[in-house]
Amino acid sequence: MNFSFLSGGRYDLFGAFWVTVQLTFFAGVGSLVWGTILAGMRVSPVPLMRGFGTVYVNVFRNTPLTLIIVAMSVVVSNKLGLVLANRASFTFITDNNFRLAVLGFVVYTSTFVCEAVRSGINTVPPGQAEAARALGLRFSQVLRIVVLPQALRSVVGPLASVLIALTKNTTIASTIGVGEAALLMSEMTENESNALVSVFTLFALGFLVLTLPTGLLLGWLARRVAVRR
Amino acid sequence: MRKRSVATGIAAIAVLAGSLAACSSSGTSGTSVTDKVQSGKKLVVGIKFDQPGLGKKNPDGTFSGFDVDVAKYIAKQLGANDASITFKEAKSADRETFLEHGDVDFIVATYSITDARKQKVDFAGPYFVAHQDLLVKSDNTTITGPESLSGNKKLCSVKGSTSAQKVKDNYAKGVQLQEYGTYSDCVDALISGAVDAVTTDDTILAGYAAQHPGQLRVVGKGFSDENYGVGLKKGSTDLKAQIDTAIRKMESDGAWQASLEKNLGPAGYKIPSPPAITE
Repeated sequence: MNFSFLSGGRYDLFGAFWVTVQLTFFAGVGSLVWGTILAGMRVSPVPLMRGFGTVYVNVFRNTPLTLIIVAMSVVVSNKLGLVLANRASFTFITDNNFRLAVLGFVVYTSTFVCEAVRSGINTVPPGQAEAARALGLRFSQVLRIVVLPQALRSVVGPLASVLIALTKNTTIASTIGVGEAALLMSEMTENESNALVSVFTLFALGFLVLTLPTGLLLGWLARRVAVRR
Repeated sequence: MRKRSVATGIAAIAVLAGSLAACSSSGTSGTSVTDKVQSGKKLVVGIKFDQPGLGKKNPDGTFSGFDVDVAKYIAKQLGANDASITFKEAKSADRETFLEHGDVDFIVATYSITDARKQKVDFAGPYFVAHQDLLVKSDNTTITGPESLSGNKKLCSVKGSTSAQKVKDNYAKGVQLQEYGTYSDCVDALISGAVDAVTTDDTILAGYAAQHPGQLRVVGKGFSDENYGVGLKKGSTDLKAQIDTAIRKMESDGAWQASLEKNLGPAGYKIPSPPAITE
């Protein structure tokens, strides 16, 4: 193992992994919010919303993520003209790509969050929703005050898996030029062809450093907040 | 304790990788490429599949381009005919591994000779010198060469590539860089106006300019030298000498010039004189 290419300051390893962390954070928060809304739609009494939720989840869950991310840049931004940063800015390409990538990850990952939350909703005994309705709560109130708090607590474990998958999926953002870990890895494999095993090991370890604590922390949280029945 | 277990893990991975490499290379060691040709076995040559004018797999399954012609010429000099060549796609990140493991006999795939690569593989040639250049829309008058790369222009190249890194290192103050997974995405972005220029080796750009005649053109002011060599397994001294001879012959009998005119001429590429063989 030869890691000598790391000295000399040619590569900003921590900067690249920091972008990975930022992508994961913003996409994770966005997916949690949008995924929970989608889950609400899929269990709602309104057929139109149920239909939208079902179609949305089945379309985007079954589309390759690479295709979604590339399309965000090549189709949505370049062809359809959706711009998420100031075009005159000197960091336009960097900002725009980062935000497009976050949006793409939210579109995709929220489907998995939705299905996890929906399975959590199924763990809440129907009697609870019936009782809440009998008290005169509207559907949105039943969901917000009674069902979702219990449902979310029971799906921390599955959501942790989704988050770990998201962390690794962020490497796809390099296909539209977001400067995260995978893009730096491409540069290293281009330049350091005499130390390829070291390069791959380095990035495998880097992702372990990010994902192992996530798994441990959320595993602990899952046990702590689980609803005991 | 914790540190030690991580170190053991790395060691385990290294041993595993090493043993895998040992497994796959044992099959081909001991037989030289010329023995292979004489015994009627197929010659496996690594090329690019996605670079018009250089190495391209056509929709009908045939291959065309300058790299393909060079590979066929070398194979012929080694005693193989066109039918006994198998072309294998050698993407940039795969090239060293393919050669080390003997998955291919040699590689002709816009493979620039660099010191880091020479530690892992041998090169014959160079058979061509390309220059990093700019591809712009035909009506673009503001980009005239590397000195015009200022004033917040937008450039596109393939992620992680040498050309992309060169822009980041040398022109980061004047331009923004869009990186995509493939050159075709860059060319799309250029045509749709999302970027002002695509930058990489002029040979590759010429191929795209030829695909979009009248719409795109190569600026023609190179700002780097990329020596394309034929990649060989480390220690193939005999084969290297044979291939060097084949390249010299190709350059002297006119096949070199003819192939370049056929593949890059339509893009208006000015064909240079052949480079001196240094490897």
